[in-house]
Amino acid sequence: MNRLRAWFLAPSWAVMLALFLAPLAIILAYSFETRGAYGGLSLPWTAESYARLADPIYLGILWRSFWIAGLSTVLCLVLGFPLALFISRSGKRKHLYLSLVILPFWTSFLVRTYAWMFLLRDTGLINTLLQSLGLIHEPLPLLYNDGAVVLGLVYSYLPFMVLPLYATLERLDRTLLEAAADLGARPWATLTHVMVPLCAPGIRAGAILVFIPCLGAYLTPDLLGGGKSVMIGNLIQNQFTTARDWPFGAAISLALMAIVMVLLFAFARRDQEGLL
Amino acid sequence: MNRKGLALSIYALGAYLFLHLPLLILSAFSFNHSRFTVWQGFSLDWYWAAMHDAQLTDAWRNSLTIAVVATVVSTIMGTLCAYGLWKRNSPMLAGSLYLSLVTPEIVTGISLLAIYQWIFRFLRLPLGMHTVILAHIAFSIAFVVIVVMARLRTMDASLEEAALDLGANPWQAFRFITLPLILPGVIAAALLAFTVSFDDYVITSLVAGVNSETLPMLIYAMARRGVNPVVNAISAMIVLTLGAIILISERLRTR
Repeated sequence: MNRLRAWFLAPSWAVMLALFLAPLAIILAYSFETRGAYGGLSLPWTAESYARLADPIYLGILWRSFWIAGLSTVLCLVLGFPLALFISRSGKRKHLYLSLVILPFWTSFLVRTYAWMFLLRDTGLINTLLQSLGLIHEPLPLLYNDGAVVLGLVYSYLPFMVLPLYATLERLDRTLLEAAADLGARPWATLTHVMVPLCAPGIRAGAILVFIPCLGAYLTPDLLGGGKSVMIGNLIQNQFTTARDWPFGAAISLALMAIVMVLLFAFARRDQEGLL
Repeated sequence: MNRKGLALSIYALGAYLFLHLPLLILSAFSFNHSRFTVWQGFSLDWYWAAMHDAQLTDAWRNSLTIAVVATVVSTIMGTLCAYGLWKRNSPMLAGSLYLSLVTPEIVTGISLLAIYQWIFRFLRLPLGMHTVILAHIAFSIAFVVIVVMARLRTMDASLEEAALDLGANPWQAFRFITLPLILPGVIAAALLAFTVSFDDYVITSLVAGVNSETLPMLIYAMARRGVNPVVNAISAMIVLTLGAIILISERLRTR
């Protein structure tokens, strides 16, 4: 049995080693090398690339990414909570309503981002509509700013928030809410003092599931933010293409990985079990 | 329904409109006669244009080839892996799979690019369809493992034990007892792997060669250039196809 089991795991092990762990190890090695004269790599080993992360320009981008990802997460929570509550209380049609949340999530990230470009650009639907109604004369600058990026991220990752919230709300003992009401708690007090604390695991899981991909987002800031809204992901891509500074790009990548892992261990330790 | 319930329902309606309206509007305008965002009557011109564009046809073919090969390979590997992990957990492998799932796509992409470049230095192996397919296999395995694992958890382990007691060898027990029981989960996993692979832009664009432009790469390039109803037409087709696949996958997974 054990020999068979080893054969079962071997192909996946091989793929993970060759195409995930080894590439990360190479990035780790690159991050300590020096940029060569023509954008290549050369020795000696140095930690200079990491030191450059402390440059105010890059710290600014890091801070901006945290801010955009944080705002998107909060908005997802505020928008997702009532929706999850609605689904958990809709009886037999639960599965249908849940599918309606999941469906857009799996149907092409790129197309969904493009849909917002289509709606928001100067000649897009919203501006055309407002102009034909005579409400505005010049198109509003809706696309290519931080607001558009946050909108795109919230739109993309809202399902990640709704699913874990739904899972905890589903298990929530409703008699506790009734008890709170019987004891004279106002609806708002019931929400903040009973419901939110009881849903803490779901909120934690949802926040981490939304925050992590938002922090490493590349496509959304690239398409909806234009050149103006640079986040960590775009900075990394830039170092590997235009700037041709692979050691620095590798250092930023590993810094991002480190942040992701710290977040996972700090917040999601209790919740990650059961995922695999 | 009380007033609070009504408010919640109205809110939910708004939320669903927010989630679905952008894609519906996008698709609706693929039937617009005008190339601008002013409705000028129904037409299928953009679909006609999309069907007869050589570059687009190539991109469709590339995307389908990559997605089908990556799906078949990652489904087989992922299913075997989930079964092995179900028998006895391997924290190292499970941890790597989990990590591959949370790694930002851009990091996965550049690290794959780095190893391909490194291999190229020694073997002169250029980027192309094969590098894209390998990358897609790597990132879809974790999805397959999770879906199949969820199915295995609902299975009664004593069925397999009974087969073993009755003289089946471990392989036969897997092949004739477990596999048929988890098949809906395996198919759901395959459909999911197909959509993740078909849709990927970030990793693909980094590891693709000159002759391996995929549909998402083409859409990206066209979207960058400006308004083009052909993109709406392709988008509508993708949304419809992937949407159907996902619904089937969900059905199978929750059955």
